[in-house]
Amino acid sequence: MTTSHDAPKPAQRMEERLYKNRYLVDEGRPHVTLRRRAIDSDELKSLVRLCPAGCYTKVERGRVELSLDGCMECGTCRIVCQATGEIEWSYPRGGFGVAFKFG
Amino acid sequence: MSEHFDAIVVGAGPAGNSAALVMAKAGLKVLQIERGETAGAKNVQGAILYADALERLIPEFRDEAPLERHVVEQRVWLLDERSHTGAHYRSDDFNEDRPNRYTILRATFDQWFAAKVREAGALQITDTTVTELVRDEGGRVIGVETDRDGAPLYADVVVLGEGVNGLVGQRAGVRPELDPQHVALAVKETIFLSEEAVQDRFNLDGEDEGVVIEVMGSVSAGMVGTGFLYTNRESISLGVGCLLSDFQETQIPAYVLLDRMKSHPSIAPLIRDGETKEYVAHLIPEGGYDAIPNLSGDGWAIVGDAGQFVNSAHREGSNLAMTTGRLAGETVAALKREGLACNEANLKRYRHALEQSFVMKDLKKYRRLPGVLHGNKHLLTAYPRAISQAMQTFLRVDDVDKRSKERRMMSQFRAARGGWWNVFTDALKMARAWR
Repeated sequence: MTTSHDAPKPAQRMEERLYKNRYLVDEGRPHVTLRRRAIDSDELKSLVRLCPAGCYTKVERGRVELSLDGCMECGTCRIVCQATGEIEWSYPRGGFGVAFKFG
Repeated sequence: MSEHFDAIVVGAGPAGNSAALVMAKAGLKVLQIERGETAGAKNVQGAILYADALERLIPEFRDEAPLERHVVEQRVWLLDERSHTGAHYRSDDFNEDRPNRYTILRATFDQWFAAKVREAGALQITDTTVTELVRDEGGRVIGVETDRDGAPLYADVVVLGEGVNGLVGQRAGVRPELDPQHVALAVKETIFLSEEAVQDRFNLDGEDEGVVIEVMGSVSAGMVGTGFLYTNRESISLGVGCLLSDFQETQIPAYVLLDRMKSHPSIAPLIRDGETKEYVAHLIPEGGYDAIPNLSGDGWAIVGDAGQFVNSAHREGSNLAMTTGRLAGETVAALKREGLACNEANLKRYRHALEQSFVMKDLKKYRRLPGVLHGNKHLLTAYPRAISQAMQTFLRVDDVDKRSKERRMMSQFRAARGGWWNVFTDALKMARAWR
């Protein structure tokens, strides 16, 4: 069932969808980090499809990679992976991260 | 900053702002802490503002608040892949001096609301994330730690208005972790059009009138969820949300649902040539009454989304946030006035006040609904399709006689649910959930 974790082609590329959003990036201080296990759990793999900002992608050998560009701090990944312990989630430092223009 | 406050409010959304405003107006020394660069920078909503809840806090808000349009028309659409069956209600009565509902943009609205809190005398700091609750040896909450350098900030009571995904309460063990069955993941775009285009496409008279469309059926692809389309002054807020547990099951990305909704033949013309200027995602607490955590304890209280205060059946949330914030604020102000401590026993007055209000009465009324929808997803798919089929049979004029058409409609409807008994039990279940 590994193929099910590939995100289907949306009508628009994620970068295009997100590029109008405003972010204040806290360089070098990611607010979400992965605590790798020997094998990525199904929960972690499912985030390739579930993360609404497309932060999780599948790279070589089926491993999941996290890139926080575009993160909207919704908390979906935190809840999905709460049992597996693979995600360390905190809010960005005050003032950093997504800054909604309209919300 | 080692000063002591009467109250610290975590978060500057509708719940936190309401609590802080009420306490500051009562003369309490209030500190409000917001992690965004401004109030509203981290906040997401559809968004509909329900006037009554705000009017109780700021009676003159209509003269000052950044409002988009007042709602003169409510539409409910059942979608299948190619059609919508709609119920619309529009009345000129909604063009009243003090309209009941408005569309708003939360980023600007929350900034205005937070400014009112400052005017009332609360000290507000932004760009600051609260990281932990501070307790004394007895376990009583006495303040907060932030990500700023410096000592903890102390107060007699900490009001947590930190939102659905707030971490402070969870880390401190005063709120349970969120269950994927108790939250919806919603995504939304703010799509800009000209003011005239909004008015023409929705048959609106002038820059103030607005339309709200709630959408059910194929838009949620068999999951428990709904879509919405709200008219702002020169933009459309269009979004869709479903239970996170259902997204986990179907593995359909939320933005794929959003794109499908945007390209639906009934919706695409409404947003044509619009420019999307923001795409947002947010969780919505949908667990209802049974998912409400303990609301207060020694030195703390929970307000708004952090307490699961959303009436998903009626798409209400900001009014519950404002009302819970107000009642928590009033409780604390009353305890101060009476010289009583903000301890577990005394803060129970807040829960009691909520039980007397529409907030708990409504949530209690619909407590069965999340479970019923969860176990009966066909309600959201079979019926929209059956109704669409029936409408087509009814409306197409051909050489079939009307009695035969009626029979065909009835049999299509029955077939959609595999027999009348199932239709009957569905109706019964919904009636019970709604009771």
